[in-house]
Order: sequence, then structure tokens, then C-alpha cells
Amino acid sequence: MTLVAIRGLSVAFDGIPALREVDLDVPRGGAVGMVGESGCGKSVTWLAALGLLPGRATVTGSVALDGQELLGAQGATLDRVRGGRVAMIFQDPASSLNPVHRLGTQVAEALRLHRGMVGTAARAEAKRLFDQVGIPDAARRLDAYPHELSGGQNQRVMIAMALAGQPELLVADEPTTALDVTIQAQILDLLNRLRRETGMALVLISHDLGVVSETCEEVAVMYAGRIVEQAPAEALFANPSHPYTRGLLAALPPLDGPRQKLAAIPGGVPEPWAMPRGCAFAPRCARRTPACEVAVPSHARIAERHSVACVLAEARELVAA
Amino acid sequence: MRAATLLEARDLVRRYVMRRGLLGRSVPVTAVAGLSLTLHRGRTLGLVGESGCGKSTTGRMVLGLEMPDAGSVAFEGRPMPPPGTAAWRALRARMQMVFQDPLGALDRRMTVAAQVAEPLDIHGVGGAAERADRVEALLRNVGLRPDQGARYPHELSGGQRQRVVLARALATSPAMLVCDEPISALDVSIQAQVMNLLVELQAEHGMALLFISHDLRAVRQVSERVAVMYLGTIVEEGEPDALLRDARHPYTQALVSAIPHPGRSDGRIVLQGDPPNPAARPSGCPFHPRCPVAVARCAQEAPVLRDHPGGRRVACHLADPAAFAEAA
Repeated sequence: MTLVAIRGLSVAFDGIPALREVDLDVPRGGAVGMVGESGCGKSVTWLAALGLLPGRATVTGSVALDGQELLGAQGATLDRVRGGRVAMIFQDPASSLNPVHRLGTQVAEALRLHRGMVGTAARAEAKRLFDQVGIPDAARRLDAYPHELSGGQNQRVMIAMALAGQPELLVADEPTTALDVTIQAQILDLLNRLRRETGMALVLISHDLGVVSETCEEVAVMYAGRIVEQAPAEALFANPSHPYTRGLLAALPPLDGPRQKLAAIPGGVPEPWAMPRGCAFAPRCARRTPACEVAVPSHARIAERHSVACVLAEARELVAA
Repeated sequence: MRAATLLEARDLVRRYVMRRGLLGRSVPVTAVAGLSLTLHRGRTLGLVGESGCGKSTTGRMVLGLEMPDAGSVAFEGRPMPPPGTAAWRALRARMQMVFQDPLGALDRRMTVAAQVAEPLDIHGVGGAAERADRVEALLRNVGLRPDQGARYPHELSGGQRQRVVLARALATSPAMLVCDEPISALDVSIQAQVMNLLVELQAEHGMALLFISHDLRAVRQVSERVAVMYLGTIVEEGEPDALLRDARHPYTQALVSAIPHPGRSDGRIVLQGDPPNPAARPSGCPFHPRCPVAVARCAQEAPVLRDHPGGRRVACHLADPAAFAEAA
């Protein structure tokens, strides 16, 4: 059952395309990872879907939540969706929290907006949420300010606030990038537990293939504004098929075996205003052919739920058929 | 074969005073609490730890940018001169630093070539023509085109900027390079390029590297030895592969198990509690409040870093060198 269906989503900033023709389904209760390097469009996809981009952005395509179109929806409709049915958390919890308000007040505000709770009921629910996300000494922490907590604890507060609206989907944009590795492990553990407990779906946006693979069932790899490969997590790592996905995996230093020179992807990501014709990855690709520069490769299905936007995969699909 | 010692740091201690709020009490913060390390010529020591563990402060003391409150640093057998003195300035050419944020480390108003030439000007290396040739060679050396020397930092990508920083650091042919999180601000595909470059440059120029990082994966890739820091002390030290395979300190074990790894979904050790706070050092072993196997003794007595077989050093009451010797 699909909760969110994104079709042909494109975004341009001042006429320069940043996101091109993204198709993505988030199943109810599922976990989808979005991986890619800075500027690949993984965050823009969800900011566009929730109407959070500035006015200079042109958004086209369709984003349907349970069949309800979100693009171009009325402000009031979006206000009920955002923070309610769909919640979002970001990389830097300290800048998402208001430094001059007590944490309990900020969580209570979310409870009033989305569930109409006030006074002692809101405070009791805020305490329950703090307990649920594993903030020790929850009752006392409600009266603390953001600067009194560590980065990891503030991210727990953000997650508690996100849970205040009882969301069906939590979009977590690099939620552990600013945190230390042992704290990252705690937060990923928490997100997994909350999914089991509440049945909410999760979209995890990360530059880290490892983080995504351990948390998500489905993974979409993005490059220069497009999804280039999409597959169940195990299939993606067992059989990475887009040269960019392979490159990302090969660029990761191994944990064992002989130490060799890393297979780094040469060059850098193209600038949005100087996008190559055809496949955007072709200039960096070791396996490029003249065909790569002719047209943007379409998504070829190489296995059940595994699609790749690469001319080499298109050829494989034909052979399979 | 044992390489010659280049730098030796003994029992370094560094304390800061932090004031909480406008009228708050001053709180002493011990950033580094008795740390010893040795850098060998042409070799790399990786220094791993989480934020606030004192790894950057250690890097600054090793370079002589900060004076330790106790302990000593000796470079090529001679004690480090105090910062700002003529002797210290002369040593600067022999040791360089590379930071995390290349844009912050570069001057936005100067061309790349001018910045790479600056150390040559400061240390009076060669004449004008010779310097221009050297800048061109350095840019090529780090994988940039000489014509990119005319660009300004904002015209380059993050990876290219870090290459410029490396070219500038190499200008005076240093014997030692301290790299503080040199790749963590870069994208994954660019991180690999910079790690390869560091290894290549080291093979060519033979400088010693102190590679400071929170990323064990990256440290294994570039280092012959790795030291794990926690709250200002080294808790375990050894050869990277052995340490990853068979970590003996419970903190190292948690750190190794926290490495995200594509395709892995086995159980990991999730540590309880907050990251350590250097302003509130626990008694005894600094790790004991978060340690899953701590015993009563750990809260009372700080363990010392003891030698284990195989060149390993571990600071844990529960890691018994004799037990590992029998097992080995």
C-alpha cells in the first residue's frame, strides 16, 4: 500500500533545473533511503513535496499523500499535513529548536497545533514523548533550554516533537550527520524502534550508504537531480548496477583485506547550470559509450523492484526480455 | 623495520578555563589528560575519537601552536621552542597543518597560486622565477592544472580547495603534516580522491602524518598505527587491522561496531548515555559511566596504558595482557 506517490517531480531554481523527473513510492510503514552527494536533490525532493521551498523555485509533477495531491494544495491543507501526517527532522537540531523557549513549551506547541492539547494534558503527553525517545529524567528536561542538552539529546527532542503530531511518515534529513558515531548508533536504533512501535513510515536522507543500508528496506541513489538506481537495500548492495552506485561503494575504504588505492570516482559533480547532455554521470564514468551522450537514459527494470537509469542496464533488460 | 622517531610527545596535559554564562563560575576543562605519542619519519599515526576527546588540541600541541600545561614535545630530538620565538618560526617550515574546512583555511581574496607561494615567500625559499616553477610543480603534484593557479578559492570545488591546502602545506617540504579531519567536509567520492592523494604524496615526499579523524574507516586506509582517544587520553593503540578485528578496550569495541557498513545488519553495541563532557570528568576510568562491562574498581582507579603483545597498548582494568598472550 502506497502512502506517498511522487510522479515526475521536477524543481527549478530561477529557471535552472535542480530536480528532474523523480518518481518514488513510499509504502505505508516502509523505510526508504535516499542517498547521494551534496546537491544531488535528495533533500529538495522532500522540501518540494511538502511545499517548503522558497518562491523562486518552480515545482512541477505530482505528490500524492493517500491519493490527495499536495503540490499546489491550499495553505490550510498543507498545514494539516506538515507536522501532522508528515513530519520532518533536519541535520542540525540546535538550529531547528528555539533557543529562548523551554523544550517542554516547544513540544507542547506542536501538541496544541496538531492534537489540540493544552495545559497539564499537553505536559503529560510531552513527558510521555520524552520517555518514548529515551531522554533520561524526562520531567526535568521539559524545563531545560536547548543549550543545556547535547546534540544527540536535542535530536531526540526533535524526534519527540515530530512524534507529537502522530505522523504516518517521518522524513529525516541527515539526522545523524552532525553527531558522533556512537551517538549516531543510538539515534538510528531509536528510529528503528519507533517505526516498530508506531508503524510510521520513514524516509531517511543521507550521504552515507552504510547508514541507509542498515535502516531502510528500499534505497534510491540520486545523482545530479535524478534517481539513478532504486532497489531493495540487499539487492542494491549485492548487485549495484549503476556505475555511480558502484563508484560510491568502491570509494568507501574497506574494513579488511589488503590496503589498496581506493577506486575514487574521478572529477566532480557537474554544476546545475552546466549539465552535460545525456547522462549526467557520463563525464566521470569509466564505462561511458557514445550512446551515453545522446539522451538521458530511462529507468530499466533489471529485477523485481530494481531499476537503473543507465544505457548499459537498458541493454541488459533487452537481453533478459 | 623500525622507522626513526621524528616527534615524541610525553605526558601532555592541557587545561582550559571555561566560564558558564556572564557571571558564571569558571570551570576547569581538561582537554588532554596525560597523553604520550610517537611519530616516525615517513609514517602515519591515526588519531581517532569523538568530538571533545582532545584530538585537535593534541594536534595543536604537537605542532607547538599551543604549549602543554605539563609534559613535553620533542621534534627531531630537541624540545619544542615556545610559540612566537625565532626558533619556533624556523621550525614552522618543517611542520604543517591541514584543516577540515578548506574554504576557511584559504584567503578568499588571493589567487590559488599566490597562496601556495606564500610559505615560500615567508621562509625565503628561492628567487621569483624559481618560486613560480615550484608553485606550478606543487599544483601538478596535488592533481591541479597550473592554469587553475590563477583562480580564486570560491571558483573551485571542495575537493579542489583541499588540494590547494595540501599544495600550500607541502611548499616548504615539511617533515611532518598534521591533518585535522581533512576529509570530513567532503563528499564520499571526493574523500577517496583526497585519501589516495595523501598516501601518494607521503610515498613521494616521505613526510610523517598525524591523521586526526572520527572515521575509523578512513584512518585504517591511511595509517600504519592508530590511537583511540577518549576524554583526553589514549585508551587503545595498535596496528589498524588488528584493532578493528580484535578491539580490546570496550570503547574501541563500541566504536568499531558503530561503523555503518553497507550490507551489514548484525548486532551493534549501542552505548548508553551522553558523549563525554571534558568539564565533568568522571573519577577513575573516564569511560566507566558508559562502559557496558565496568566493575567497581573502574570508578575508583584510572587504568594505565599497558603494553600488550603484538605492539598493542590498552588502558583497561579488564584487558589483561597475560590473558591475551595465552590466547595468542
